[in-house]
Amino acid sequence: MAQLIPLDSFGVTEHDVLAALGRVKVRNVDYADLYFESCISESVSMEESLVKRATKSISQGVGVRATAGEKTGFAYSDDLTRHDLELAADTARYIANSPGGAQPVPVPIHARPARDLYPVSHAQAEVPTADRVTLLNRIDAEARRYDPRIKNVMASFNTEYKIVVVATSDGTLIGDVQPLSRLQVTCIAEEGKNRQIGSFGGGGRIGFEFYSQEDRYLHYAKEAARIAILNLSAVDAPAGVMPVVLGGGWPGILLHEAIGHGLEADFNRKKTSAFSNLLGKRVASDVCTIVDDGTLPGRRGSLNMDDEGTPTGRTMLIEKGILRGYITDKLNARLMGIPVTGNGRRESYQSIVLPRMTNTFMLAGDSQPEDVIKSVNKGLYAVSFGGGQVDITNGKFVFSASEAYLIEDGKITKPVKGATLIGSGPDILTRVSMVGHDLKLDEGIGTCGKEGQSVPVGVGLPTIRIDEITVGGTASH
Amino acid sequence: MSRESHKDALITQADGSLRKLAHDVLGMAIQSGATEADVVVADGENLSVQVRLGAVDRLSKAREKRLGLRIFVGKRSASSSTSDFSKDSLRRFVSETCALAKAVVEDPISGLPEAARMATEQPELDLYDDTRLDTDRQIELAKRAEAAALATDARITNSEGADFDSSWGRVVLGNSHGFVGEYRSSSYSLAVSPIAVDPVSGSMQRDAWYDVRRKFRQMDAPEAIGTEAAKRAVRRLGARKVGTKRVPVVFDQETAGSLLGNLCSAASGYALYKGASFLAGQLGKRLAPDWFTVYDDGRMVGGLGSRPFDGEGLPTGKNTIVDKGVLSSYLLDTYSGKKLGLPSTGNASRSVGESPSVGPTNFYLAPGTHSVEHLLRSVKDGLYVTELIGFGINMVTGDYSRGAGGFWIENGELAYPVEEITIAGNLKQMFADIELIGSDLVFRGRIASPTLKIAQMMVAGN
Repeated sequence: MAQLIPLDSFGVTEHDVLAALGRVKVRNVDYADLYFESCISESVSMEESLVKRATKSISQGVGVRATAGEKTGFAYSDDLTRHDLELAADTARYIANSPGGAQPVPVPIHARPARDLYPVSHAQAEVPTADRVTLLNRIDAEARRYDPRIKNVMASFNTEYKIVVVATSDGTLIGDVQPLSRLQVTCIAEEGKNRQIGSFGGGGRIGFEFYSQEDRYLHYAKEAARIAILNLSAVDAPAGVMPVVLGGGWPGILLHEAIGHGLEADFNRKKTSAFSNLLGKRVASDVCTIVDDGTLPGRRGSLNMDDEGTPTGRTMLIEKGILRGYITDKLNARLMGIPVTGNGRRESYQSIVLPRMTNTFMLAGDSQPEDVIKSVNKGLYAVSFGGGQVDITNGKFVFSASEAYLIEDGKITKPVKGATLIGSGPDILTRVSMVGHDLKLDEGIGTCGKEGQSVPVGVGLPTIRIDEITVGGTASH
Repeated sequence: MSRESHKDALITQADGSLRKLAHDVLGMAIQSGATEADVVVADGENLSVQVRLGAVDRLSKAREKRLGLRIFVGKRSASSSTSDFSKDSLRRFVSETCALAKAVVEDPISGLPEAARMATEQPELDLYDDTRLDTDRQIELAKRAEAAALATDARITNSEGADFDSSWGRVVLGNSHGFVGEYRSSSYSLAVSPIAVDPVSGSMQRDAWYDVRRKFRQMDAPEAIGTEAAKRAVRRLGARKVGTKRVPVVFDQETAGSLLGNLCSAASGYALYKGASFLAGQLGKRLAPDWFTVYDDGRMVGGLGSRPFDGEGLPTGKNTIVDKGVLSSYLLDTYSGKKLGLPSTGNASRSVGESPSVGPTNFYLAPGTHSVEHLLRSVKDGLYVTELIGFGINMVTGDYSRGAGGFWIENGELAYPVEEITIAGNLKQMFADIELIGSDLVFRGRIASPTLKIAQMMVAGN
């Protein structure tokens, strides 16, 4: 990397940045930071066998924040003159009720993060539109070839190239370049009056070549087509309490909804989480060990540093069933007197930092995946899901299966449609009785929403057995 | 902020500056080889405060501006957006957008709406209030709302806080037909999220209540919002699961509004022409009983979804979407309309930075004549839903299965709170099974519904 801190791309000098930091970090302010962000996102999409939509979006701005006790003052601007920085600094420190500081804050550390988990150069990130068009056309052909009942194929390829610089009053001036992309395929299958949908995709903080390696893009097309065709013969999902086997990978959304959000430090500091005061207590069976890890190379949820300039890490959340740690940002770690875990994230310069997950997954166990399925007499086997949601306070979560099957006498039988699983966060993992050795991470399409902010995340899971959970279908069990 | 006077450069800019910018960018586009183009420019400012347990938790203030451009080079098109308004950057931005358009394939039906159809008059819809609340005033209002919640019941012992947000903005839309339209809008919102704790079991329930208006003076009193939020949280304490069975389900205003939202998505032209909606091919067919009528009204005075013209500059109006139970209109812009062989309904939505799409204006179910009590009394054994979570809706098939919370109804009375259950059915069948519609229509967003009763759904619990 030619340049240590990519401040130039924002047209501001280091002096302006440190002066603004000095203006906001006044006596009653515990911590202040400036977050510069420039982001170019592009999208190309296809439907009806035509690549006919292309969009591009350019945004640039700065968010200025001050925290004092539990209070946060925040302002942002999409203009980056010295005057705009000063204005934002004055607004942010309003919470501290004191006049602006005159001295620039000394910031000794100038660095890029110590590692590069996503070494994608700008040149690699900038893919000619013609190449994207070719990729989407091949996807269309592949999906239609899978089965003549595939009547429409929709595919989109999105990329984002983000440059960030964070200047903090605790002594960091650090920058990172964060590429991100995602390829998504949706197929609609039709047979008589029966119309069904199937979706598949993948991505990460990777270059364009990722999609052609091992013919991934064709795999996405075939999977989307396969799921749509499968759903043509799906039966109504059962309703009621039953054992459920979750397959590896994306079903890890269970962990994200059922426990991940509940372990974010802001809810626990405010004691509004169903997991408040449970540190050191049993919240899962002893076959469950769960971590949040932002350091996996190229993953969608990974970051060299979080949006407060803290290097990301691997945080033990649940160890053999015992709650060990929370997911923190600087503000909540300081107020709770617990370690900073590098999970302070924001959607953009326009949003405040919140403790957020990165890649959240359960470590592999020692069961054979086939044995897990065989152990169920009558239940559900779910291998892929749409979205999920949780009520942090009472702990109730739901997530909806997009590919699931009945298990009858230890065997996978008919595909089912429209099954929603609902349970209680602090309770559900105590019902996990078997964990497979087949840990799998998801394909890289997850986006998590909290307080209106979306950030990319990852999940992972081995095959597991949940002894009982409520399945919300329409058919009598 | 309160005692300071930050002169707002953006909003107080001489009127006409955004129009000039739109005009200049259209000129650049034509110069760069575009055959047609439209541009939307928006600017605004926002002030939000959050208080929690009586103290300030968060203050946020921002100004923003954004420009969105859609370019046609013959029958090829691309759209783009930027927040950088410097002349050089805009020039580069326009030429990159043209290059992008040239890289995609021709789409024979793409293009601007016909020039003759553009909105010619722009009615005053009363969407703007120039009441500026300073920081301290917003803090005071939020504190009053939260204090009222905390004082309502001894079991309200914690809170996720109260938020007061205010925002003002302007939108200018222009196109190469020579159309230019402009309007201003504002919004004020107050939301309170108290937490009730069961003194015996220690279990917690959170709920929230809110109000949002274009005009500050139309807002409910902070105390009323706080009190309602507290009542909603407390009444959930002691919630339990129920057995799995098929029963009548009454949806309250909020959850019925979400069903209307599902109907709105299914009626979107883009979902329809792709075959991705359960309403595909249903125009003119019966969807619901004949006491079910749904409107989309873009010109409701002071409405949260109102606008004088749509995202393509076409006039908005009042459309009947479901007429006495029969699906009578989709929501269309020019492109999706052409795909379906129909004219635009004036529902183009143009959030800057995204591809033009369609969206509702003020989308609502016409109220019936029954009181909420009447709806509840009509149920011997069933569910009153006040909360829905999760995304278990398949828009292609209409299959519906969501997490739910609310109250069990026994012999027409609310007997006890319930949670950790799901309700499932199929949206098409659910609309067909609507039995009663309440008279309690209130707008707290752009989609609204009175309370309604569905004859039967599957409830899954124990």
